[in-house]
Amino acid sequence: MREFSYARARDVDAAVSLVADNPGARYLGGGTNLVDLMKLGIERPELLVDVTGLPLDEVVDDGGRLRIGALVRNSDLAAHPLVRERYPVLSQAVLNGASGQLRNVATTGGNLVQRTRCGYFTDPTMPCNKRMPGSGCPAIEGEHHNLAILGASDHCVATHPSDLAVALSALDARVGVQDLAGPHELPLEDLYRPVGDRPDLELTVRDGALLTGVSLPPLPAGTRTGYRKVRERASYAFAIGAVAAVLVVADGMVSDVRIALGAVASHPWRARIAERELRGGPATAEAFEAAAVAELDAARPLRDNAYKVPLTRDLVVAVLTELAR
Amino acid sequence: MVRNAMTGPELSSTVRLMLNGAPQELTVDNRTTLLDLLRDRLDHTGTKKGCDHGQCGACTVLIDGRRANSCLLLAVAVDGREVTTVEGLEDDEPHPMQAAFLAHDAFQCGYCTPGQICSAIGMLDELAEGWPSAVTAGPVHLDDAEIRERMSGNLCRCAAYPNIVAAIREVAGGD
Ligand SMILES: Cc1cc2nc3c(=O)[nH]c(=O)nc-3n(C[C@H](O)[C@H](O)[C@H](O)COP(=O)(O)OP(=O)(O)OC[C@H]3O[C@@H](n4cnc5c(N)ncnc54)[C@H](O)[C@@H]3O)c2cc1C
Ligand code: SF4
Ligand code: FES
Ligand code: FES
Repeated sequence: MREFSYARARDVDAAVSLVADNPGARYLGGGTNLVDLMKLGIERPELLVDVTGLPLDEVVDDGGRLRIGALVRNSDLAAHPLVRERYPVLSQAVLNGASGQLRNVATTGGNLVQRTRCGYFTDPTMPCNKRMPGSGCPAIEGEHHNLAILGASDHCVATHPSDLAVALSALDARVGVQDLAGPHELPLEDLYRPVGDRPDLELTVRDGALLTGVSLPPLPAGTRTGYRKVRERASYAFAIGAVAAVLVVADGMVSDVRIALGAVASHPWRARIAERELRGGPATAEAFEAAAVAELDAARPLRDNAYKVPLTRDLVVAVLTELAR
Repeated sequence: MVRNAMTGPELSSTVRLMLNGAPQELTVDNRTTLLDLLRDRLDHTGTKKGCDHGQCGACTVLIDGRRANSCLLLAVAVDGREVTTVEGLEDDEPHPMQAAFLAHDAFQCGYCTPGQICSAIGMLDELAEGWPSAVTAGPVHLDDAEIRERMSGNLCRCAAYPNIVAAIREVAGGD
């Protein structure tokens, strides 16, 4: 590991001023992703600014919106009474990720911007456009059974590993960010850049911007939410398919629906096409399947990950059917 | 950043922590993980290194009572915290979880055992706090599926899982 200096941020402004204009600086949240990547030589910061002491570690009701600080640990988020009561999908998604030990340490902000688990990205001896722009993407011809089927490009087919982000996407979360220009907010969906020809550029916010928290709009009474994740073993593994859904059914008809897919793209994939198909129509398994198929029409699977298309379709149908029951 | 005009940025830090009830203070290279600090500097080799990447749970310790993988924690980042390792569980008598692991023969080579025991203790505290799991959202009945899910962050290469589950069930007072 490269040598680095370490500082604890006293307040948000101090943290941002240390990292914002310094390409060699990184924020340290729980460190469960960053320290791992530093050991592998993938991240080589010269300064770590520990943000875990910042007062961004609370979950509060703000006139109906739920505000979740970026430093709230994953386990505290999943166990929080307001989260469990109002947004069960969020609690479920978090609990389906990583392990008890990791969730105790991992933060909300760190989880959203964790890096891909693509095996070439984490192997410094291999080319990888995300790690070394222009070096190529060996995954396209090589090991890609758990990589993207939607929204990928000829430059990168990586997936985003977070479960939490998938639930937040379905909940229309907004993300609070602070950079040198001050604090601002954006929809979670707009936080992630499309892959295009620069997979190394993952976020739309300025380099060194600090995530300060996320906020969730209230759900109307009668809304049901759910998360389902498929993995290669029963627990403590990343998703090979995941669906978060929010559904409101009135008189057998879909009055509102929001669906986000995990493990299929470089960011949580909002299934807007499926949502449009479903709104105002019947809440039946046939309609759910037709909508999922319409969404997945854009899928461009690779040699070894075509299984994700029917897997994701079936997950969408299963989750929505369960919620409509 | 701490910058010294003569030597440049500080690449090491002073860390103070309570280790199993005893205060410790030492200067560490910032790159040192808590796991390496425990094993290489503080002669506490009970905590094991399996994967060194958060994937096995052998390095599990309790930080302010909460279980965590010490291989992914930087020692500087736990400054001021209370760390409990397997060496700190015994209080004349073995901790009830240690006794149950012995009684149920919940290991073979024993390499994962310190991590399993620390993790199980942390897990039962989480349960007492009413924390949900991926298996159960509501009130929890600590059956085998629940124990397995909550303990999934600890792998056992010898696959002593049935006896580990039995030991934990006994301490939890379940069926
Ligand atoms: C074995 C293993 C299994 C896992 N399984 C899963 C899983 O199934 N599902 C899942 O979702 N995750 C999983 N994870 C990933 C884990 O959830 C993430 O590592 C964790 O959420 C990252 O949070 P952190 O606070 O530790 O981030 P860090 O490691 O501290 O930071 C990660 C990145 O975010 C940046 N950062 C941190 N905080 C901020 C902030 N406030 N603002 C801006 N940037 C910030 C850091 O600079 C760094 O680049 C797993 C991890 C491991 C090791
Ligand atoms: S898929 Fe993306 S992360 Fe993986 S090797 Fe290709 S460019 Fe790198
Ligand atoms: S050594 Fe820490 S999890 Fe394996
Ligand atoms: S007893 Fe050998 S690894 Fe668990």
